[in-house]
Amino acid sequence: MDLTLRVWRQAGPEVPGHFETHEMRDVSPDMSFLELFDTLNERLIAEGREPVAFDHDCREGICGSCSMMINGRPHGPERGTATCQLHLRKLPDGATITVEPWRAAGFPIIRDLVVDRSAFDRIIEAGGYITAPTGSAPDANEILIPKEVADAAMDAAACIGCGACVAACPNGAAQLFTAAKYAHLSLLPQGQPERWTRVVRMVREMERWFGSCTNHGECEAACPKEISIDFIALLNRDYVKAQLRNRALAGQRG
Amino acid sequence: MGTVDLDPKVPPGPLAEKWDHHRFSVKLVNPANRRRFTVIVVGSGLAGASAAATLGELGYRVELVTFHDSPRRAHSIAAQGGINAAKNYRNDGDSIQRLFYDTIKGGDYRSREANVYRLAQVSVEIIDQCVAQGVPFAREYGGLLDNRSFGGAQVSRTFYARGQTGQQLLLGAYQALARQITAGTVRLWNRTEMLDLVVHDGRAVGIIARDLVTGELRRFSGHAVVLATGGYGNVFFLSTNAKASNATAVWRAHRRGALFANPCFTQIHPTCIPASDEFQSKLTLMSESLRNDGRIWVPARIGDDRPPHEIPDDERDYFLERRYPAFGNLVPRDVASRAAKREVDAGRGVGPLRNGVYLDFSEAIARLGRSVIEERYGNLFQMYERITGEDPYTVPMRIYPAVHYTMGGLWVDYNLMSTVPGLYVLGEANFSDHGANRLGASALMQGLADGYFVLPATISDWLAPLLGEPTVPIDDPVFTATETAVSERIHRLLSVQGRRSVDHFHRELGRVLWDNCGMERSAESLDKALGEIPALREEFWADVRVLGGEEHFNQSLEKAGRVADFLEFAELLVRDARHREESCGGHFRVEYQTPDGEALRNDAEFAYVAAWEWAGEGAEPVLHREPLVFEAVQPTQRSYK
Ligand SMILES: Cc1cc2nc3c(=O)[nH]c(=O)nc-3n(C[C@H](O)[C@H](O)[C@H](O)COP(=O)(O)OP(=O)(O)OC[C@H]3O[C@@H](n4cnc5c(N)ncnc54)[C@H](O)[C@@H]3O)c2cc1C
Ligand code: FES
Repeated sequence: MDLTLRVWRQAGPEVPGHFETHEMRDVSPDMSFLELFDTLNERLIAEGREPVAFDHDCREGICGSCSMMINGRPHGPERGTATCQLHLRKLPDGATITVEPWRAAGFPIIRDLVVDRSAFDRIIEAGGYITAPTGSAPDANEILIPKEVADAAMDAAACIGCGACVAACPNGAAQLFTAAKYAHLSLLPQGQPERWTRVVRMVREMERWFGSCTNHGECEAACPKEISIDFIALLNRDYVKAQLRNRALAGQRG
Repeated sequence: MGTVDLDPKVPPGPLAEKWDHHRFSVKLVNPANRRRFTVIVVGSGLAGASAAATLGELGYRVELVTFHDSPRRAHSIAAQGGINAAKNYRNDGDSIQRLFYDTIKGGDYRSREANVYRLAQVSVEIIDQCVAQGVPFAREYGGLLDNRSFGGAQVSRTFYARGQTGQQLLLGAYQALARQITAGTVRLWNRTEMLDLVVHDGRAVGIIARDLVTGELRRFSGHAVVLATGGYGNVFFLSTNAKASNATAVWRAHRRGALFANPCFTQIHPTCIPASDEFQSKLTLMSESLRNDGRIWVPARIGDDRPPHEIPDDERDYFLERRYPAFGNLVPRDVASRAAKREVDAGRGVGPLRNGVYLDFSEAIARLGRSVIEERYGNLFQMYERITGEDPYTVPMRIYPAVHYTMGGLWVDYNLMSTVPGLYVLGEANFSDHGANRLGASALMQGLADGYFVLPATISDWLAPLLGEPTVPIDDPVFTATETAVSERIHRLLSVQGRRSVDHFHRELGRVLWDNCGMERSAESLDKALGEIPALREEFWADVRVLGGEEHFNQSLEKAGRVADFLEFAELLVRDARHREESCGGHFRVEYQTPDGEALRNDAEFAYVAAWEWAGEGAEPVLHREPLVFEAVQPTQRSYK
């Protein structure tokens, strides 16, 4: 099949970027989207031009590295699919495909299609964990967790931290990412003791880096793991509750 | 040479008491003094993240270096099937002794008893630790943990989180790490790649690393260096490993004095999706857990081109069930892989390129219902469908073996210290526990055992006597000299300005290795590879084209350095395979097989760990041997019939 690629090129964070057009003739429909970029890069190298920088690693939809905006949609047209799992057979022959990096204030561009997503790590560092120093754990089966609860926590924990939700959001909000991590931990019995401080810390950190959520719902549609927007409701509800609760506690202490 | 100390430092006493005894006898560092020690940890996979988090919790100062943009993206994230532990929650006869025995036997009697026994002991605590962190392992309706059985085991001791066990375990470790970053005990250096080890007075004192965003070289100085940098499977180019996994850290450490053990012990995984064309950039694993419910078969008749559902049962050959009635589809990986290769080589392969065998779920779906299968393997089926465009609920999967895991690695003693004092090696990067073949679900166990429990207990023995000694200043000549060597090499890579891309050489190297040192090896094929690799390396340095500069984000340059190291390392791998004139586990020399085609070990001559010493550019590496002594288990011919 034939494709026309319009690819965003940008040499660094401070320099202006531009689109570059490449005709990809006679490519195999069984190729993955990243293999299309491998092929393009081999060609660029042969022509003495610098290859396109893009993040990728596992190429099986689990590490969350790949991050291409394909025709205006994070990870492209196929639902529940990361860029690396998209195969050319899912694209119309002869199409023009525009590929850009994630665009969000919270994710500054490093080069070409590579952005800096460290802000996600900062949100986890702020409170996205359960305090359980090594060695201090009780026997694993002492904590009974109903299957439905474990399953719901796992649904949230499936987030790969790719940032598609932020890229899809008109406000560049990171609610879905934060909510997924928050829900994973806060649905579980082990996560209860820190629940109310966790929610406040994570949300405050999130707000330092990202825009605010106005319930567009684009994030859920873009998520390669199809994480439900319902988790955002849990996050928001807990955040409000926590502020009341923490205020009451502070009042008692005072 | 000859000064190498290959003492495994196995503690005295009965096997079951060694670890306890050892923990009692090591020197300790007082809690208040721990912050006076700096430990450099390279790698944020299961091994590195768990080690860094735990050392931080203990109060040490940790510098954590990873080339990934976030610790959570390390290759461990991709592990699917599960993690073993001798919990015996199923009451099916499991025990520490049995996990130990299975691991030694599965490794074809090429691992160190004391290490393996400790691994089995510690396995139990790992699950407790992970549950406490919030790892959402699969549960039963009563709320208790669920288990499954996994290749090579007759008990159900594998814990899992859907098909994303590695992801969930890594997130657990990463979150513990995040807590320590906030606490200020761990400093994170992401997108930073270690390019050399700094050795001073025979001790590991630091590393040189490159900031992958700015290109700047950085010097890190510490009281100890811990490598948890993963395996070297990508030396074959096509493998199930993440694209960036590489051997640079261990190879550079090897060149600075760390012995490399059993590099030829590589594992070929039986259940991967066969390659579809020449653009294939990596191979995808279909978790081994699928073998619990899927049946493997090929058409009995050569050249039978009918679609699978048109082939009646009596014209199918369920070759694993036929040849290994006791274990059937659950034989260990090496056995299953070779059996599949034999069928494909005999012309019974399936699929457009005739390069696979069927893994069929129709019977399991009929017996258990589609929803049970979906619950167990839903995401794997989906993954398969995306890649091949075929629906495994209705058409049998096609699978074929692919390079997956590397049992070899830097040699370490019982404390996980390499032959360079102060340099520790954890996880897949070391050689320690899996012998010549690793059992399914045991790599995650080993990585976390090393990081959560073993290293934190043994490292104090090294650090305690160093109390009060400052780290070597980063302006010391030894740092300057090492950094100069690194930057000269970068300049060399950029200045070749040849005609061929880095990937071209990597693919070529992979082809040489797969053809000559893959699932089957012979003296002849290995000699051939030993001729081809140095020639390819020379061609690389004469004709590679690395564009762009060094002072910015440059992925070609990153790859070039890694492939240059693979081109050196590959030769050692092949040399090791050539010298080991026996078959064992994943190392199958065609000259050494039983009449029915199974691996034929030679315990009289090869019951040792082959530990290779770097002897300088162009010189032949020197072989050292650590004899393997079996006291608890008597080596026998493995049989899964
Ligand atoms: C597809 C797949 C599925 C698997 N499934 C299972 C399973 O179900 N059960 C099981 O037990 N095992 C499984 N394994 C094996 C297991 O996942 C790995 O052996 C294990 O995760 C390795 O962990 P690690 O911490 O040693 O290394 P890795 O996770 O590979 O981490 C290496 C780390 O080192 C860093 N690094 C490397 N070199 C450098 C350098 N030079 N400078 C800076 N940083 C560096 C990387 O950034 C990374 O953080 C699977 C493997 C694959 C490929
Ligand atoms: S490359 Fe890992 S998710 Fe796409």
